[in-house]
Amino acid sequence: MLHAVLSAATEAAEENTSPVVPEPYDIIGSAICFIIILVFFWRYALPRVQKLLDERAEAIEGNIAKADEAQRKAEAALEEYTAQLADARTEAGRIRESAREDGNRIVAEAKERAAGEAARVTATAQAQIEAERQSALVSLRSEVGTLAIDLASGVIGESLSDDAKATAVVDRFLADLEASEATAGGKK
Amino acid sequence: MFVVARAELHAPKQEIALLANALNLLVPMSTDDGGFHGPSIEEFFPGALLFGGTPFEINRITLVRIVAVVALLLVFWLGTRRMRMVPGRFQSLVEMGLDLVRVNIADDLLGKKDGKRFLPLLTTIFFMVLFMNLTGVIPFLNIAGTSVIGVPLVLAIVAYAAFIYAGVKKSPKNFFKNSLFPSGVPWPVYIIVTPIELISTFIIRPITLTLRLMMNMIVGHLLLVLFFAATSFFVVQLGGWWSLLGVGTLAFGLVFTLFEILVAVLQAYVFALLTAVYIQLAVAEEH
Repeated sequence: MLHAVLSAATEAAEENTSPVVPEPYDIIGSAICFIIILVFFWRYALPRVQKLLDERAEAIEGNIAKADEAQRKAEAALEEYTAQLADARTEAGRIRESAREDGNRIVAEAKERAAGEAARVTATAQAQIEAERQSALVSLRSEVGTLAIDLASGVIGESLSDDAKATAVVDRFLADLEASEATAGGKK
Repeated sequence: MFVVARAELHAPKQEIALLANALNLLVPMSTDDGGFHGPSIEEFFPGALLFGGTPFEINRITLVRIVAVVALLLVFWLGTRRMRMVPGRFQSLVEMGLDLVRVNIADDLLGKKDGKRFLPLLTTIFFMVLFMNLTGVIPFLNIAGTSVIGVPLVLAIVAYAAFIYAGVKKSPKNFFKNSLFPSGVPWPVYIIVTPIELISTFIIRPITLTLRLMMNMIVGHLLLVLFFAATSFFVVQLGGWWSLLGVGTLAFGLVFTLFEILVAVLQAYVFALLTAVYIQLAVAEEH
């Protein structure tokens, strides 16, 4: 059997059924297949894949950049916020300070005004008193003079109607009175 | 496989004979008068379906290859037609496949720049081999497009041309010096080393690329046919208690189908990887 198989196989090989001897159609067909696939990958599939990979890498980089940007913005916003907060605090402090100053000033002004008013009222009152005293003095003087002259006229029986004389006498009397008062006041 | 392949280079006929013999020994039940039809090397030389005898002959193998090419184009056309930034399931799968070649083979071995230059070539080699290997386990196709010498040989020639082109373009002096006169060797040794390097680099490389792929696929196919033919023989033709043996052979057939899928992916990876390695060696400054 072995011999038969061997010879059969050898015969078969002689009819070019050796697997290592290529037929022209085999080579041509294979080459056509190869070229089709090569052109397909080279011109169509791989460039598309490459494009996609590039886009994907770009997108990833873009996203990272975007995230960085967002981070930076957030930080800037935080900084700004903090700064504003600090500004607001100073502002508030300043306002409080000025309010206090204003209050103090208002109080002082009010006090001053009140004091002025009081002084004015006092002065007015004193002036009025002085005026009243003057008028009282004047009326008193004239009445006292009249009374004194009448009294003196009655005493001496002589009319002291001469006004000039009468006035001079009264004035001298009053002056003496005042002088005695003054010396009494001075002694005291 | 490698040793067998090389032996076969010198004596193809005997090799085929031995192969046939080995297969026949594996199947003692095989008799000429019985109903069992074991696989034979004839499977890889089917009759022409169209344009017989012309350079554009179409037979079962060619048809299977056309199906594989169409499937490949369809998958990658659909996968890259409307690519989204955030991929869907199918696009993810396609991208994963392309990434395997781009990252694990091209960029890792050749670096970014050269990797990009040779990426279309490496991608083509990987997926062409992969799809044509997988037809071996797909029902109704049942034979690998790479199990006939055409495809492995064409791709090996392409790889050969690619690494020579890469080396000569980079620096012819460096390329031939590194290939033929490896540094760090005392000069008298060149008398032995240089012929060995010449043969291994410029003759053996394309041959091993071709035969490794083709023989893997041939043997895988023969094994699967053997198991399923035996199952059919035990169950249908012998029947009775023999069917139990059929269950065993069917189980083996299923296991080897899974194994063939692994081999299909592995051989595609190996072919593309070796192409990249050869290019890398050719453009390297110093070994």
